[in-house]
Formats: sequence, structure tokens, C-alpha cells
Amino acid sequence: MDNLINDILNKIEQTSDLIALDEIRVSALGKKGTLTEQMKTLGTMSPEERKIAGQALNVAKEKIAKALDEKKQLLEKLELDKRLATETIDVSMPVRPVIEGRIHPVSQVMEEILTIFAQMGFDLAEGPDIEDDWHCFEALNFPKNHPARQMQATFFMDETGDTVLRTHTSPVQIRTMENKKPPIRIVAPGRTYRCDYDMTHTPMFHQIEGLVIDKSTNMGHLKGCLLEFMKKFFETDDVSLRFRPSFFPFTEPSAECDVGCSRENGEFKIESGKGWMELLGCGMVHPNVIKNCGLDPEEYQGFAFGVGIDRLAMLKYGIPDLRSFFEGDMRWMKHYGFLPLDVPTVTSGLSFNAGVKK
Amino acid sequence: MKFCLSWLKDYLDTNASVEEISATLTKIGLEVEEVVDNASALQGFIVAEIKTVEKHPNADKLNLLSVWTGKESLQIVCGAPNCRVGMKGVLAPIGTLIPKFNERIEKGSIRGIESFGMMCAEDELCLGSDHTGIIDLKTDAVAGTPFVDVLKPDIVFDVNVTPNRGDCFGINGIARDLAAAGLGTLKNTNVEPVKGTFTSPVLVSTTTSDCPLFTIRYIKGVKNVESPDWLKKKLTAVGLRPISALVDITNYFNIGECHPLHVFDADKLNGNLVVRSAKDGETLDALDEKIYTLSEGMVVVADDNGPQSIAGIMGGTQTGVDENTTNVVLEAAYFNPMSIATTSRKLNAESDSKMRFERGVDVASTIQANHNATQMILDLCGGEVSEMVIAGNIPEETRIIDFDFAKVEKLTGMQIEQSNMERILTTLGFGVDGNKITVPSWRMNDIFGSADLVEEIARIYGYDNLPTLSMRASEPVTGILLPNQRREVAVRRALAQNGLCQAITWSFMDSKLAKLFGSKGIKINNPITADLDEMRPSLVPNLLSAIARNNSRGINNVQIFEVGPEFLGAKPTQQQMVACALRSGKTNDRHWAQPPRDVDAFDAKADALVALASVDAPVQSLQTYRNAPSYYHPGRSGCLCLGKTVLANFGEIHPSILKTFGIKENVVACEVFLDNLPPAKPKNKNKALHVSSLMPLSRDFAFVMDKNTEVAKLINAIKGVDKELISDVRLFDVYEGEKCPEGKKSVAIEVLIQPKEKTLTEEEIESLSRRVIGIANKVAGAELRS
Repeated sequence: MDNLINDILNKIEQTSDLIALDEIRVSALGKKGTLTEQMKTLGTMSPEERKIAGQALNVAKEKIAKALDEKKQLLEKLELDKRLATETIDVSMPVRPVIEGRIHPVSQVMEEILTIFAQMGFDLAEGPDIEDDWHCFEALNFPKNHPARQMQATFFMDETGDTVLRTHTSPVQIRTMENKKPPIRIVAPGRTYRCDYDMTHTPMFHQIEGLVIDKSTNMGHLKGCLLEFMKKFFETDDVSLRFRPSFFPFTEPSAECDVGCSRENGEFKIESGKGWMELLGCGMVHPNVIKNCGLDPEEYQGFAFGVGIDRLAMLKYGIPDLRSFFEGDMRWMKHYGFLPLDVPTVTSGLSFNAGVKK
Repeated sequence: MKFCLSWLKDYLDTNASVEEISATLTKIGLEVEEVVDNASALQGFIVAEIKTVEKHPNADKLNLLSVWTGKESLQIVCGAPNCRVGMKGVLAPIGTLIPKFNERIEKGSIRGIESFGMMCAEDELCLGSDHTGIIDLKTDAVAGTPFVDVLKPDIVFDVNVTPNRGDCFGINGIARDLAAAGLGTLKNTNVEPVKGTFTSPVLVSTTTSDCPLFTIRYIKGVKNVESPDWLKKKLTAVGLRPISALVDITNYFNIGECHPLHVFDADKLNGNLVVRSAKDGETLDALDEKIYTLSEGMVVVADDNGPQSIAGIMGGTQTGVDENTTNVVLEAAYFNPMSIATTSRKLNAESDSKMRFERGVDVASTIQANHNATQMILDLCGGEVSEMVIAGNIPEETRIIDFDFAKVEKLTGMQIEQSNMERILTTLGFGVDGNKITVPSWRMNDIFGSADLVEEIARIYGYDNLPTLSMRASEPVTGILLPNQRREVAVRRALAQNGLCQAITWSFMDSKLAKLFGSKGIKINNPITADLDEMRPSLVPNLLSAIARNNSRGINNVQIFEVGPEFLGAKPTQQQMVACALRSGKTNDRHWAQPPRDVDAFDAKADALVALASVDAPVQSLQTYRNAPSYYHPGRSGCLCLGKTVLANFGEIHPSILKTFGIKENVVACEVFLDNLPPAKPKNKNKALHVSSLMPLSRDFAFVMDKNTEVAKLINAIKGVDKELISDVRLFDVYEGEKCPEGKKSVAIEVLIQPKEKTLTEEEIESLSRRVIGIANKVAGAELRS
């Protein structure tokens, strides 16, 4: 008996492949296996003999089953190792191409701006690119033939100038006031057009208009509003603004707003105390404009401002040439564009990814 | 508007420094664009005297000078024709920075002769444009004197005067503003009325309301001499070229006091002057060397021969003054700004006078201007003056504003003492009588109501004093984008995520190309260039141009998109928002694991579906039709429709269009019409989700069907067999070729079955299969392949 068991264990020990191992299992523990045959002899024994022999057989069976199992695992592992050794690849090779898209800086910055103004309680408004003379000029207090009209080189859609390509987003002021009772607090971004094409001007560009109308908003609020906007947009507390008297037909008093900045070694930076750069035009909405929209200027007042979105994008993200914005050059878009999921939000911040893109 | 410090001081008694003046101007709304201090640019230049002039031995046109600097004699080679012994000129010693070239002069050798400096011409010092010879100083100053001490250059300010401030196109107006801001006192420079000694032989009348006042003087026996240095210097400083005393005097008052004047040579006039509307077809040979053809409504000053000037805009050559002029008619008049603007725009005529009249000149001081100019003509040119002839009269318009001083704080938030506000208004020339504020005559085109007065007070008091007030907190907001605006944002992000780069291209394009894209003929009357003259009827062409540009830079595989308006008509709001995506060339560059293939219509269809899915459009309910516009490949394009509404076009761009754009690569495009989408459904109204715990199973079918029958027909029919059980139908192979009968194609379809309540029996599955085969045959004529 012990010889038999040792013999089987030896065979298990010596075998080196899984098929032979299974043959050993069958020959020992299968239906006609040696141990199975031995079990069959138990019936012929006396109860005492059977008890002793049965126990011994069970112990032997377990011992062999365990040895088989261990050997099987070992052989499987060896076999796997052998296979894996043949499956090596060169992991330094490039992956399958994933083509990445980009968001245009103008759209990105527009979303940033809207995020800021949404926090300040502004609604969003919009208006058409082709405007009539009333909304683009007349209602905004530009008298016909007034030199102020020449401040904005206008594209005319007809001989008479009754329809034009809007030269600014200010017509949205009129469309808003015509359709909504104060209090009004809106921003209106969009395409604008002027008949200008040189180093710093393109015939199409982007503006965002702001308008607040109620019974008490004054220039101090305008200053506070723009200061908060600039701080959040440029993501720094070190913002200073300077207001200078200016002239726009649709605001009175009117102002240009300059922002404190420095230019050292060609690098532009928003900071106070180093110099000024003209940023936007603003002022208190002219009483004639309020009246033209069917509101009483004795009762209602408020401010308006307009700022170039392209320019803000250039300043914040160091983009040199305005004209390149509209060329659709793949290299430019890949370089200055934003990752598709780099979404400016209140929770994640405006330009969290700005430094790590590309 | 340019002016120089000495000229400003003619009108303003001030000790303020240049820096103070400059800062104050900007602070009160007269933005200083530039302050030019020529003194610093002229450092190093000295007066030098030419002692000898000899011919250069090796060059005919060059001279060899010996120049005395007060310390030494220098040898200098000079090409100027006006060199002569004893002449004093301006020497740039070696090392001096020459303003014109922004380079330092070095010791040079010209045609073999050494030269130790340069004798300068006017243009080289940026003092004028003359380069006919070197500067002839005609000075008593000894050689060696710094040139700045001789020239005593003025400091020139260039301010940006806003269109409302016509009065500040006169230096006296700027002086008045500075005085109000506390920088000095305004001087009265008006002369005593000049009495005439005879009656003018030329009379004048005005027959148009566009010229309410026209005054003249006849001055006889004048000498139109060269202007004195003080006058020439002032005009030169502000960029005008001195011509002759008579012309220079009119320019002097134009710039100094914002009073455009004109001088006619009286001996060239024929009869009396009349201010009238032009007749159609009348012409004027004008001083700017152009011939203007006039039309009814334009105001002219005419004599018996016809128009002699376009009133307030431009004089005529025929009656202009010259060095032989002895008798003149001086004109000081006022013209309606609107009339000037209309006429000059029609004629495309520009002049300093026009610029001022258009913005509004002070009509009330017209007669005084006549006196002032007359006096100066007498002083500089001599002669004898007639009595003034006045046609029309000063309009008696006065404007009194009822002003509530509290409005200043209400509009600006600044608290300013009443006395200070009154002082500001008074120094600006307003009449202040309690709450009654009288507008000065020179501000009648600018100041109409309370808000204007608030600005006057606020700008002089200083915007630096504006308080910083927080915007009051408003209602909480949940998001400010309208549904359509949200869609634009989502589509942009989705297309970018799908591998496309966002471009922004012009809203306009070439009308010749627009014809190929369903032109609506929306022309721009004054395009910036001839090839940007029509509003785009589609976003495709400008993006094709972008692809062509990229191709020409060696980038063949372009993935590009834009979300923007296309135009349906020339009226406001006739536009719609479109997302347009283009791909050109191959899907990717050559790659070991993913060989590139040509982009095809299904790439474009996928982009369209990605865009639509990103805005929650009912993508499952769309039908594909074949009626894409003609700029697509007729056989390889389609539309995605919801009922009859086209939500998107997609497909290959027509090869002949690509040829027009010079594109050699294959290009596919999709256009998604965002405004055509049905309103978004609120997400919180979703049905509850029921997931089955039973195993799904699938069955494959191979059909042979007519080549021209659309597979979508088959798929949709099978989907409809049992909407409860069939969860998906997948096309996994399409074959046309030898193994298929002529005109047929073989399609392989996997039908996914999801039991809901109980496991299906073999019989049930078999029955479903039979119905699939049946409907495939009935709807799409498809036969199960044997």
C-alpha cells in the first residue's frame, strides 16, 4: 500500500506536463484507478479491517489529490510564464492616434466673461448682426450726419444706410429696453463689424455690451462693477482702474476706462502703479436713449459699457496678432485654442487649465 | 488736434509745467496722445560757420567744407547746393543722434575724403520736409552755440478731441477747459472793433438758411508778404506749412480760435457775393487741386461768374490770393453743421474748416473773429479796411437748463459742494443764476440737458473721485444662458471633443463664390475688399478657404469647425445659427497600427450626429434623405431630418467646388441648423428606467436585397417588428460584388433581443425570426440568403 502511494507521488513529482499529470490522476483516482480499485475491496473486509483500511485509503487519496493539485498549479504557472515570455511587445511605440480638437480663445473668453457676470446677477441678451439705423444709431442718440457716426466706420447694407452691419453691440441695449421693463441687468456678446483692416483692426471683431437700468444705479456702481469684473477676469487682486472723461453719443456722462498694467521685456501684466492701457468705453445711459426706448429718463437711470472680447483674449492669454484670430490656421488653433473640457466655471475657476494645455 | 505750448500761453495765463498740463488735459477729457519736445531731440547739434567751400576732388556734386565750430575747424563733405562761405548752419558733430534716421553720425569717408560730421537739412532734424539744401540759420549767434538756443523749439501737444467738443478745435477752447480745471486764467485776446474807412465795393447776401450769418471786409492795398517768424513758427509747430501772410492768418485763427476764415482776391471776383445753393452740374476748381461737381443743396459762395468756394469747406483757385494780391475780401461766416457734413460727405472733401464747421463753430463770435483777423491783416500786410458787410444775423437762440444740482450725486455718486459746482460751470462759460444754467454759445452743439451739465461738473471735478460702489446683490440666478445659447456652448465643446478645432471666420465672403452656395444676394454696399462683399449664405465656403490656406502650408488633414450665423436676408434677424464641421484629407497620419483612410461622408454624418446628440436632439427619430444642397457630392451626401425639418446636411463636398477653391484633398462637411431643433425637454421629466435581469440574446440574418434600396429602410422595418423585444438592430456587413447577383447587395444584420418578463422559448424566438424575415421581404424586398 505505502509503496503504491509512494509510487504515485513519485510519478506526480517527476511529471512535467499537464496531460501526463491528468493521466496520473485518472490512473490513481479515476473510475478504474488503482486507489478506486482498492476502495472497491473494502466491501469484502470485516468491519474492523474495513475501518482501518478505509481510513488509510482516505488519507492516501487526500494526499494524492493535494499533490496533484499543487503540481497542477505549478505546471500551469510554468506554462503561463512560458507563454508570457513570448508575448512581449515594445511599449515604447506610439499609441493609436486620438485627434484632439480645440475651443477658439474668443469663445473661451466669452464663456469666462459670462461666468463672471452671471455671478453678478446679469442676464444674457442678444441681437442680430444686421441692424437697422434706428437700433444701431438713431435710438442711440447718433443724429444723422453727425461726426460721431464717423467714429465708427460703418458697413452699409444698402445705398440709403437704412440697414447696416452693427458697429457695436450697443443696439442690444435698445432691443432690451424696448422689450423689458426695468430693473434691467444684461450683458450681450456678439460679432461686430467696422470698415477697418490693419495691424490692429479687423473688419469683424467681438464685443460684449453691459447694461444696467433701474432707479438709482450710478457711476460709482459702474466703477465697482468693472473693478470686480477685471479682478475676476484677470484673476488678480492687484487691479486698478482709471476713468477718463470721453464722448459717446449714447452715454452722458461718458468715460474711457483704463486698466493699470506693465509691459516689461515684451510681457504684458495687469498690475497697478506701472502704467495705463485703454480698455473700454462706458458711461451713464443718455436720457435720450432711455426716452427713445419708451422709458422715462426722470425715473430710470443706469450705466452701459462695451468691451472688445478679442482684445481681452489677447491680453489675458498673450496672443499677439488680432488678424490671426480669423484665419483658421490649424497650428494657431492647436497652440492658442483651449481643451474641449477646459470649461470655465465658478467652482473650478476660470482658467485653471490655461497653463497646462497643449 | 495739435497745438504748441507758446500758442496755448497766448490764451492761458499759467505757470503750470508741461507734465501738469498734459496730465490735466487727459484728466478732463482731452486725451493727450503725444507730447513732442523737440529740444531733447536736438541735443548735441550746434551752430557752425562755413569758412571755405571747395569742390570735392572725386565728385562733381559734392563740396568740401571747412567748418568752424567755435573751437576747431572741421573738414566736412556736403552735397547741399546752397553752401556758401560765411553761412551759418546746423552741425551734427560725430556721435550726434540724427532724428530722421535714429542713428548716430560717424566719422565717414566719402569718395576718399574724410568727413567729420554733417551739416543738416530741415528734414533730417524732423523740423519740416525740406531737403533742398542745408539749413541757413541767418542768426547772430556765434559758432558753437547749441542749436536749441537758437531755435527755441516749442513743445507740441497732440490731443484727441472728441466729436462733441468743436470748441476745443480752437486753442482758446482748450485754454478755457484748463482754466476751469485750475491751471491758470483765460486771457482775453479780442481786439477792439476795427472801424472801416470806406464802404465795401463788394456786397454780400445769403439766400439759404444753412448760412444764417456771413460777414465780409474789403481790405485794399495789402502786401501779401511772407509771414513773420512768430507766426511761421506756430504754424510749423502744429504741422502746417507757412504760405503767405494772408493764408497764414486764416490758418492762425482757424487753429487758435476755431474760426475758419477765407480770403478772396477781390480783383478776381466779378460782382457781389451771394451765399446760395449750388445748381446741379456747377463745378469748382478747388484749392486742393481737385475739380468738384456740385449739386442742388450744397452751399456755395458765388459771384457773377458762379461758385468761388464750397462754403465752409474749400476755396476756389480762381479767386485765391497770391503774391501779387493787393485787394482782398475777408470772409467770416457760420454754416449749419448738418449741411457741411452732408456736402463734404457727398463730395468726399476734407479740410480743416470743414472739420470745424461740421462739429459746430461759435456763431456768436463770428463778428469778433472778423475784427480780430482784420486787425492782424492790417498789422502784417498793411492796407485800408472797409466797413464790415453783414448778411443775415446771429441766431438769437439761447438755451437755459433747469438744473437740479442734486443730479450730480444721483448720477455719479460724487458729493461736490454747490459752490464748487457753480465755479466750474462759470469758468467754463456757463451763466449760473440759481438753478437756471445758460449754455455758452460755443457749446450749443453739445450741451442740451442736465446729464450734460453733470458731465461738465464731473469731468472737471475729476473722475478720480468716483466712489467704488458694490452692485447690490440681486435675485439668485440658476444660469443665464437661454436654451439656444446653451446649445451653442454644448455643440462647440462636443465638436472639439470629437477632434475638430474651432475657427471663427468672417460673416462675409466673395459674392462670386456665394453663388455656388445658394447666394441670397445680401450685398454689402461698401465692402472692405471686393472679395468680402456679401453676407455668407453658408458657413461652408469660408471654412473651405481656411482648408485651402492650411493645405498651402502643407497641412492636408484638417479638422475644423465653426459655430456662427448664416444669413437668409438683408433685414435684421434674418439669420440663423449653424454649426459647421469640415474634415479634409485622411482620417489620420500614417501609423503602424491604424492605417489612414480617406475621410468620407460617414465621418461628416458622425460629426453631425455628435453635434445633435450633444444638444439632446432626438437622434433616434431622424430620417436620412438624399436632398443635400448642390455644393455636396450628389451621390455621397444627405440630410438628417425630423419630419420635414432639415436638422443637418452632410456629405462629401462636390469635386468642382473643391476645384474652385484650389483644394486637392477630399473634403467632407456637415452643417447643423441649431435653430431648427425642437425645444429641449426638461431632464427631470424622464421616464423611470427598467432594467431586465434576463440575458439578452442575438440572432444574425444575411439578406440579399436590391442595390438601390436603402439599408435604413430594412433596419427600421426590423426595429418595428417588436418594439418590446428588439432592443437594437446592427448592420455588421455590406457586400456588393461577384458573389452577389447583378444589381444586388448582401447585408448582414444582428438583431438584439431583450426578454422583459420571462425567458423566451425556442418557438417564440423562431416565430420572431420568421416575422423579421417576413417584414424584411415585404418592406425592403430583402431575401434571406440561402
